[in-house]
Amino acid sequence: MEGAWDVALVLFQVWLSIVVGLIMLPAMFGVSLGFTDIYIKVLVKILEWATLRIQRGQREQPTLPSQSANGIIEKKDGSMEEEIEELRRSHPKNLAGGDFTLCDVFYFCKNGIENIVEDQVTQRFTSEELASWNLLTRTNNNFRYISVRLTIIWGLGVFIRYCILLPLRITLAAIGLSWLVIGTTLVGLLPNSNAKSWLSDLVHITCYRICARGLSATIRYHNKENRPKKGGICVANHTSPIDIVILANDGCYAMVGQVHGGLLGVIQRSIVRSCPHVWFERSEMKDRHAVAKRLKDHIADKTKLPILIFPEGTCINNTSVMMFKKGSFEIGGTIYPVAIKYDPQFGDAFWNSAKYNMVSYILRMMTSWAIVCNVWYLPPMTRQDGEDAVDFANRVKSAIAYQGGLVDLFWDGGLKRAKVKESYKEEQQKMYSSMIVGSDSHEAFVDPM
Amino acid sequence: CVCVTVSHSQITRLYSRFHSLDKGENGALSREDFQRIPELAINPLGDRIINAFFPEGEDQVNFRGFMRTLAHFRPVEDNEKNKVLTPGEPLNSRTNKLLFAFRLYDLDRDDKISRDELLQVLRMMVGVNISDEQLGSIADRTIQEADTNGDMCISFNEFTKVLEKVDVEQKMSIRFLH
Repeated sequence: MEGAWDVALVLFQVWLSIVVGLIMLPAMFGVSLGFTDIYIKVLVKILEWATLRIQRGQREQPTLPSQSANGIIEKKDGSMEEEIEELRRSHPKNLAGGDFTLCDVFYFCKNGIENIVEDQVTQRFTSEELASWNLLTRTNNNFRYISVRLTIIWGLGVFIRYCILLPLRITLAAIGLSWLVIGTTLVGLLPNSNAKSWLSDLVHITCYRICARGLSATIRYHNKENRPKKGGICVANHTSPIDIVILANDGCYAMVGQVHGGLLGVIQRSIVRSCPHVWFERSEMKDRHAVAKRLKDHIADKTKLPILIFPEGTCINNTSVMMFKKGSFEIGGTIYPVAIKYDPQFGDAFWNSAKYNMVSYILRMMTSWAIVCNVWYLPPMTRQDGEDAVDFANRVKSAIAYQGGLVDLFWDGGLKRAKVKESYKEEQQKMYSSMIVGSDSHEAFVDPM
Repeated sequence: CVCVTVSHSQITRLYSRFHSLDKGENGALSREDFQRIPELAINPLGDRIINAFFPEGEDQVNFRGFMRTLAHFRPVEDNEKNKVLTPGEPLNSRTNKLLFAFRLYDLDRDDKISRDELLQVLRMMVGVNISDEQLGSIADRTIQEADTNGDMCISFNEFTKVLEKVDVEQKMSIRFLH
């Protein structure tokens, strides 16, 4: 019995020293030993092979449905006016005032049925479908048996991901988080000085780097000259809680959020000791003025780190950018927009909070192949004269969507849980009314949307 | 039964869609499930369209019913491609498409559109932006134009006659990309 314990202990020590030496230390110094790059290259080759096999399988068995990335149905992009005009063209024009025709209903009908089959909003709250399979059964809705070889490779993949990568990643994450808590508490004991800020930044960055290794994250930063500066507000599209790790790997930010209990609460309390973050009690969040004031005070102090905000307010599946809440854009200060785009081929980073809780989500992250993403720093923006907060928010949102190759939607991410506002329907009714009543009646409103 | 041919991949896609709308996971959709689609909720005739899926007096629609209603919107040319040899008219014929639209107006399902029904549907489409008098005169004019037998209602035949020049096949069809 003794012998078995000794062996286990030795193995554990070897394991730990490998982890520390080959992964943790290089990570702390921002040095890459190249393992991840090789891993990714090998992975890409295997996935390409798997894709070809599947395509060959599909050609042989034509009953297998093929994936589509660009939607199910053909949709014309015409506006209400264009479509109804076209409908009415064949109908004899009526001169006795009022412009209603029985066929107008076709427009609303077709529009409604199209949205029942496929709409622009609800699909953003579930994971993106991939055009080709990436050997994770979770991403293929139409998983079908294709060949023995493919199944073996898949099985091998499962073994590698669950038995080799998962323990490794959990170890790294545990080390990273405990180092974060211990390190920041220790730094918190020092008196305020330049040394303290420098140490605090060091502790934060090394921890986030270890955590990033814990997810096998490969991040490419573009346009680093636009990196957010102190006293500014960094604004990014939101896909998952991992976004914070991704951004904090390349810079230090002051976090904004609600006070939590449990493990997250412990982390929150300790990191606020080493440098100022903005944590709100639940009750404080409701008071918009108090929130705005605290954020204003924070950015007024030029020694404090730039605050990181996700204006969508909820996680979206990284195919689009949804409405930015105007609160962050009313505070003033310089906005540093950042676009984050994950490569879904290696692992789906989206957190579907309706389907998975935090623990299962992290588990899924740690059993994916890797997290590969691109981060673009966009040039800073400020509110122009005469521009209100909503327009400014939309301007920033469009810039981020354009850079990240995401669809720019005006819909609110809150529609994940809440109903759409009546006012949108009223706008549609107003638009249609102006088409019926015409421009020579005093009751017509010509209100461009 | 009237049949419309749908390809295997389209059925799979629609089933996937049905399943994602079915939040209660009980194999059937309720009216609330449809209302959750934002673009449909803001459609002025959203409630009438949703209603078309539910047979008289029912609150749930299963996948079969879902497909059956959507089948009205298959493009007409697909029938020729597949040479369906079933008796009766396919659900996506011009006549059946017109009937679908007719039923959006015909609130009490008595096969004619009365002035009152027309007014109600018009009110849904325009909201509060047009006065009762103006709306009333629009309804009167519409009925006057269409009504040929003088009963102050629009029957299905009269409806079809008024819209005989409209390209119904194109305007009431949805094309799948595959």
